[in-house]
Amino acid sequence: MFEIFTQLADWLTYTVMNLTSESKVGDAVHFFIKDVTKIYALLVVMIYFIALLRASLNVERVRDFLTGKNRGVGYLLGSGFGAITPFCSCSSIPVFLGFTSAGIPLGITMSFLLTSPLINEVAVLLLLSLLGWKFTLLYVVIGMTVGILGGLFLDAIKAERWLRSFAAKALANGQKQINQSAINHTCSQMAFSERHTFAKDETVEIFGRVWKWVIIGVGLGAALHGFVPDGWIEQHLGDGQWWSVPAAVLLGIPLYSNATGVIPVMESLIVNGLPIGTTLAFCMSTVAASFPEFILLKQVMQWRLLATVFLMLLVSFTIVGWVFNAFSSFFMR
Amino acid sequence: MKQIKVLGSGCTKCTKTAELIEKIALEQGAIVKVTKETDPQVIMAFGAMSTPAVVVNEQLVHSGSMPHTAQIKEWL
Repeated sequence: MFEIFTQLADWLTYTVMNLTSESKVGDAVHFFIKDVTKIYALLVVMIYFIALLRASLNVERVRDFLTGKNRGVGYLLGSGFGAITPFCSCSSIPVFLGFTSAGIPLGITMSFLLTSPLINEVAVLLLLSLLGWKFTLLYVVIGMTVGILGGLFLDAIKAERWLRSFAAKALANGQKQINQSAINHTCSQMAFSERHTFAKDETVEIFGRVWKWVIIGVGLGAALHGFVPDGWIEQHLGDGQWWSVPAAVLLGIPLYSNATGVIPVMESLIVNGLPIGTTLAFCMSTVAASFPEFILLKQVMQWRLLATVFLMLLVSFTIVGWVFNAFSSFFMR
Repeated sequence: MKQIKVLGSGCTKCTKTAELIEKIALEQGAIVKVTKETDPQVIMAFGAMSTPAVVVNEQLVHSGSMPHTAQIKEWL
């Protein structure tokens, strides 16, 4: 199905640009063209169809659904909805406050917010097409686990006492109201034309946001592919070096990307022999532990809570890295 | 005069929304005052959970995306 992109890359690289497949440049250019065209085509088609399906799912409905749910399923649902509900990262604060003022416990809200950048439909489909279903499944399970355990942990240490006072007040008020008011779940049916408009807008918007990340991601991948000698990564950053995982996590903090941009890089890192755990740790840290996002959360959280969440993420990504390096042979064969 | 507020934490889409409303208002000759509201407490008070959101005369009329031209014309 994807052969057409290889053929296109063959033609452009070897015929139009007159490069040979033996040269490093030729190899890198071929890889770049093949992956960029393939990813672009996948993105446009898939964003449209998925948006069509989930046109009627939005954060308001998720809030109504999560309100008053017991904690046991709450974390799982929070994380699950975080994975499938679309929202722009600039909306994190209003979403946070919306959930909080509906009386949803902090841990469940955080399960939602932590999982959200790690897993989204575009990331999942890219992973499926580039790295196969086993890796995709693994990625989704880990992403949700980090979200769920993160939420549980924050509630266990009663992290809500470190909210800013107005957010804490909103939470307390919301929890008082839960028992009094029954929420009516209004299910508005959407006409197909509305869904189509939504899906079209989404496609244009998401594509407009991520296309440059794909170029950067694949460009880095192509550079690795063509210029880093085979086996170099495996030799220097392989399983034996325990420090490579925390180092990868730390390196990921200042690098900020969304999941779409980082997946092509993941592919080339793995193909080039970087252990799977180290790769996962690096990528999750790039996607989820970013300074700009955390500075935003400062508006509703005290420094203490902010630092706790940040450290929690770094520690969990490191553990994920170590565990998966230890079991990598089991997962990738 | 209509008071229009664009709610959002200062992301590009919110700025663009405010600009778009001003532009259309100018074209239509409608007299409006467009302000941007970035305070999370205020945004919460209007019950908006996704931004950019639009408030016309203290009434939340839209949230979650950049409004379409047709929608904006209805508010003016």
